[in-house]
Amino acid sequence: MKLLTHNMLTSHVKGVTKGYPLLIKATEVKVNEVDFNPQFISRMIPKIEWSALIQAAEGLGHLQDLPSAVAPDFESNEDFLRKVHRALLEVEVIEGCLQCPESGREFPISRGIPNMLLNEDES
Amino acid sequence: MSSSCRRPEHIAPPEVFYNEEEAKKYTQNSRIIEIQNQMSERAVELLSLPEDQTCLLLDVGCGSGLSGDYLSEEGHHWVGVDISSAMLDVAVEREVEGGLVLADMGQGLPFRAGTFDGCISISALQWLCNADKKSHSPPRRLHSFFSSLYSCLTRGARAVFQIYPENSEQLELITAQAMRAGFTGGVVVDYPNSTKAKKFFLCLFAGVSGVLPKGLGSETAERGVSSQAHFTTQRLRYKAMKGKNVKKSRDWIMEKKERRRRQGREVRADSKYTGRHRRPHF
Repeated sequence: MKLLTHNMLTSHVKGVTKGYPLLIKATEVKVNEVDFNPQFISRMIPKIEWSALIQAAEGLGHLQDLPSAVAPDFESNEDFLRKVHRALLEVEVIEGCLQCPESGREFPISRGIPNMLLNEDES
Repeated sequence: MSSSCRRPEHIAPPEVFYNEEEAKKYTQNSRIIEIQNQMSERAVELLSLPEDQTCLLLDVGCGSGLSGDYLSEEGHHWVGVDISSAMLDVAVEREVEGGLVLADMGQGLPFRAGTFDGCISISALQWLCNADKKSHSPPRRLHSFFSSLYSCLTRGARAVFQIYPENSEQLELITAQAMRAGFTGGVVVDYPNSTKAKKFFLCLFAGVSGVLPKGLGSETAERGVSSQAHFTTQRLRYKAMKGKNVKKSRDWIMEKKERRRRQGREVRADSKYTGRHRRPHF
């Protein structure tokens, strides 16, 4: 699971109002090379919950001095975009689990796929 | 009910039906791959995304990621959702570029509001019309799917679903639930005159209502429906009133070619040689 996917995922257990951001408890993390597309990254930056990305990257130990706030001139700052690209698309959680911050429900991650299936009483 | 055996929804729930064996077909069977690719191509065309822009798309019922491959080819990023872990395992083995999530769309999509620039889904939505467990209620599951989809799309985004509806009631149920969730839009039918090539695409608009695109191969059908009868000086030939044409005659061939053209198949152009006999050989 890429951190881009993690940034979009919320917990949808019944009764949870703001199950975001999901806590990552990773046991295996991999870094894959992905083609760099500066235009896509700068389009994604306004959409991303920045604090959630920082928290996730820090938890995995792949923060790589990402600043705690978005650089004001991010569109022209290639160095910054490269760092964001690395955190968003290259760092992948292979094994572990995601925890809902509100209900404490854990969603297992296996082979890089988070399992968001709910039991019958949770949906 | 001989036709019911041909529909996979009637055999088993999706997470059971798409087992390892069924999943393998989606990597080896070139016919399945070709059809999936064609339908994804048409779905993306109906999405009418802004050109030269990389978008973040959602693929509902992504399976082994065949439709996702097409999205990657077009230069978009995507996140796929599927209920069958066997199909997702195949997608991992094929090293698809998009993100994969194991989830049941009937339980609602687990995504933040305003995330995706569009959504496609190839042959997945009809699975929601079946109640596989005692607790399942198709209208409720469709409603929770469409309302969660509406919230996770950006304003003005489109969602295109290729579906195989079993009957008109099912199509009505799906569209009614989509409209209840706030979507506008409707169904686009490609090749309505053909039984085999006919394809249903449900095109939904979130927030902004757009103009529904036209289905392929429907021009000839629309031409026939005019509000007024045209005046013609041509007299009806006696031959045309007698019923069907004689087999292998020029008229019979022309009629057959016209019918196949309406079905959207490839037909040779008409010429003065059409339907002519070859000279006799000894």
